[in-house]
Amino acid sequence: MNVFAEIVVAIFIVVGASFGLVGSWGLLRLPHLMARLHAPTKATTLGVGSVLLASTVFFLATGGGFSVHEVLIVLFLFLTAPVSASFVARAYLRAHGDPAELPRAGEQGWASFAPRAGDVGDYMAASTSRDVRED
Amino acid sequence: MGRDASAALPRPSRRRWLPHPVLSAALVLFWLLLQNEFSVGQLLVGLALGVVVPRLTAMLWPAPPRILSYRKALAYVLLVAWDIAIANVAVARLVLFRPLPELRMRWVRVPLDLDAPEAIAAFAATITLTPGTVSCELSVDGRSLLVHCLDAGDADEAANDMKRRYEARLKEIFG
Repeated sequence: MNVFAEIVVAIFIVVGASFGLVGSWGLLRLPHLMARLHAPTKATTLGVGSVLLASTVFFLATGGGFSVHEVLIVLFLFLTAPVSASFVARAYLRAHGDPAELPRAGEQGWASFAPRAGDVGDYMAASTSRDVRED
Repeated sequence: MGRDASAALPRPSRRRWLPHPVLSAALVLFWLLLQNEFSVGQLLVGLALGVVVPRLTAMLWPAPPRILSYRKALAYVLLVAWDIAIANVAVARLVLFRPLPELRMRWVRVPLDLDAPEAIAAFAATITLTPGTVSCELSVDGRSLLVHCLDAGDADEAANDMKRRYEARLKEIFG
């Protein structure tokens, strides 16, 4: 591996590790759950992405060929991070949320505070039947 | 890939066997990429997955949205990737240097103009991945999205920023 590749790999690893550290620090420092949710969903995505980029460059430079596994890991991470963040936020709303502190949303309010029968599932079903009719 | 997807609507029989051709193609591609090498055996396994998985999950996608422009979808992905990089730096600075009492954390209601569930999901995922915002909840009527902002001066302005930058583009992609 030549010096140039080593420098590039080192930079990506250091950048990635820094963002990982900042994300973890944010988790410790911020005051409550909703604020803490911001740190790992952001800082960590670039942190992990950067380390994986370093891995791609390393294998290219050492003759291991181009590996697409890293690209797939980034892709899956970006697909799943919003889902888990949304689940954590909704669990928080159900357990500790106060509808009076939230902005108002239509007549029926937010799905977390709706009675089970009027849950998001019904919205999905309604929207689906409408789409089918359009076909 | 044709730019006008609606012109090539699958016939009913094709729809039954391959309810989601794009999903099937993506599954085959991902399987081969995961193997990191090409062989006929792996291609067959990938094809089997491409047929079976969309059929097993068809009930989750009763009315798949049509993507009107793949070029715009790709441009959108690149825009979001760029914004994510910027968001990381912005949030890192807030976390490291902003005194906690000066963080203007607030809940924001984003009124939705999109109505396809898939389009709303894409919008919500984008919001979560980008600057200091996490999308949390949908309203019962499906017309509003609840977003938590880490540092937003004005709720309406924050909502309008998200709508202008992302929702307007998604509307052009999903129609």
